[in-house]
Amino acid sequence: MLELKHISYSVHEGDEELGILKDISLTIDDHKLVVFTGPNGGGKTTLAKIIMGLVTPTEGQIIWNGQDITGLGITERARLGISYGFQQPPRFKGLTVRDLLTLASGDSKLSKDKCCQYLTKVGLCANDYLDREVDVSLSGGEVKRIEIASILARNSQLMIFDEPEAGIDLWSFARLTETFEQIHANGSATMIIISHQERIISLADEVIVVGDGAIRHRGSASEILPQILADTLGGCPVLTKEVTAQ
Amino acid sequence: MMDNEIDRELLEKIADMLGKPVGAFNIRKDSGCDGRQSTEHIEITSKTDGKSGIDIRIKDGTVGETCHIPVIITKPGIEEMVYNDFYIGENCNVDIVAGCGIHNCGDQTSRHDGLHTFYVGKNSHVHYTEKHYGEGDGKGGKIMNPQTVVYLEEGASIQMDTTQIRGIDSTKRYTKIVCGKGAEAVITERLLTHGDQVAESDMEIVLDGEDSKGRVISRSVAQDESSQVFYPRMVGNAQCFGHVQCDSIIMGQAKIKSIPAITANCTEAQLVHEAAIGKIAGDQLLKLETLGLTEEEAEDCILKGFLA
Ligand SMILES: Nc1ncnc2c1ncn2[C@@H]1O[C@H](COP(=O)(O)OP(=O)(O)OP(=O)(O)O)[C@@H](O)[C@H]1O
Ligand SMILES: [Mg+2]
Repeated sequence: MLELKHISYSVHEGDEELGILKDISLTIDDHKLVVFTGPNGGGKTTLAKIIMGLVTPTEGQIIWNGQDITGLGITERARLGISYGFQQPPRFKGLTVRDLLTLASGDSKLSKDKCCQYLTKVGLCANDYLDREVDVSLSGGEVKRIEIASILARNSQLMIFDEPEAGIDLWSFARLTETFEQIHANGSATMIIISHQERIISLADEVIVVGDGAIRHRGSASEILPQILADTLGGCPVLTKEVTAQ
Repeated sequence: MMDNEIDRELLEKIADMLGKPVGAFNIRKDSGCDGRQSTEHIEITSKTDGKSGIDIRIKDGTVGETCHIPVIITKPGIEEMVYNDFYIGENCNVDIVAGCGIHNCGDQTSRHDGLHTFYVGKNSHVHYTEKHYGEGDGKGGKIMNPQTVVYLEEGASIQMDTTQIRGIDSTKRYTKIVCGKGAEAVITERLLTHGDQVAESDMEIVLDGEDSKGRVISRSVAQDESSQVFYPRMVGNAQCFGHVQCDSIIMGQAKIKSIPAITANCTEAQLVHEAAIGKIAGDQLLKLETLGLTEEEAEDCILKGFLA
């Protein structure tokens, strides 16, 4: 179980203090699929990074399986079963896809078959990719899918995916949502997925709308989806017109 | 030959040699010859002009053979200048494995200077591997100054892979390759310096012949207070294609200077250079930490991949 207690995060810009997250508290039970959504710049990635230990909160506590991990580093949290797929994954000169999956799995003898399975789940053909370097020669969508495959290979108790759909083609996206559904159905992990996609939101046990550094709404997908749609459409006259015209 | 542990280890490190190599070889140890074998197609002879070194003659049409010519220095205070000349016939495809290992436990400097000259005949391909390695905790310096000069005839090619990972206090390397018509030179260079080591690499690829190609891929890591200087130069004198790519990771108090130069003396010459120096990207370290590696493990992993 993951518990966030009164998490706040602020940065100093000149003399001003800029509040990025404001007193966020929430609890996520084991094996749940929770989607964080909300406007750009709302604070979703920052919140995910705080859970992983990539960002240190200014205030508050993070409790993982009853243990206060607020003071633990990234490596220790990773070893306690938390993983995070980056919104913008870094690239590595000289590390191959296979190297990355092997590192992620923690099994130095990870078989080719296993690698293939992970890659297939994100719609990549292993033969074309296993020996390729995770460097600038890969496209944005390819890097993104390899990043997701590395989280699947990691097979942690808590998997956080930061906009897994970004830059991914429709076919791979379909494959990916199936994978999330499967993990969820097996109850093999707790998932936090940051997403703007209706399809992914509809898979969630709970949707949390983060805006302006705070939790704006939370509820089931069926409660939240109509609200989000109404908010977005209401906020943009052009879009409303287009939709009504259809 | 290879009668002790130190010799065996050095030979394995620099030439991947375990026991007696297959094919032609010449082992130079402490300025003497510690073993030699010629084959039907590859003949190795001592120089007769009074200079120290060997001549290697490879017959036309020699395919799939390997020639090992490692040099090891196990005694402190040895300083040598060696000349090795390779005469490679036409239509060959051979592997040449050179390399130098220094084990210095004393206080005097050990130093190996070598000039390797390759004459590569028409349509022949040479894969040349050179590894440099130093060990031993004496105060004596371990110095290597290799020079490699290659002449590629029409349609000939060389793939030259050089590696120096730790252990050599001072190195000044010079490489020159002259490409004839349709010839191709590919150089990969891997260098890691640490402590107060210094390394300098001066390279000149001359694309003389029509449709010749040159490619340099240099990757280096400078740690601690070490310093590195690179001068990769590519000259295009005909319709040709040349690409120089230098990437360095800088750490600690190290210094790296990269001065690539491309010169076109023909409107059909197409030359590109890229050079980048930077520290390990923070998000690379963080990503590997999220996979459960410690910061040190992440750094090792990134450097190992980069220099692989
Ligand atoms: N270190 C920082 N310094 C200044 N501002 C920051 C810093 N980190 C985050 N921010 C700001 O905090 C806000 C929240 O950023 P965050 O990346 O968490 O948003 P997000 O909800 O993930 O957005 P998106 O949907 O675009 O990915 C943004 O306005 C961002 O510019
Ligand atoms: Mg984000």
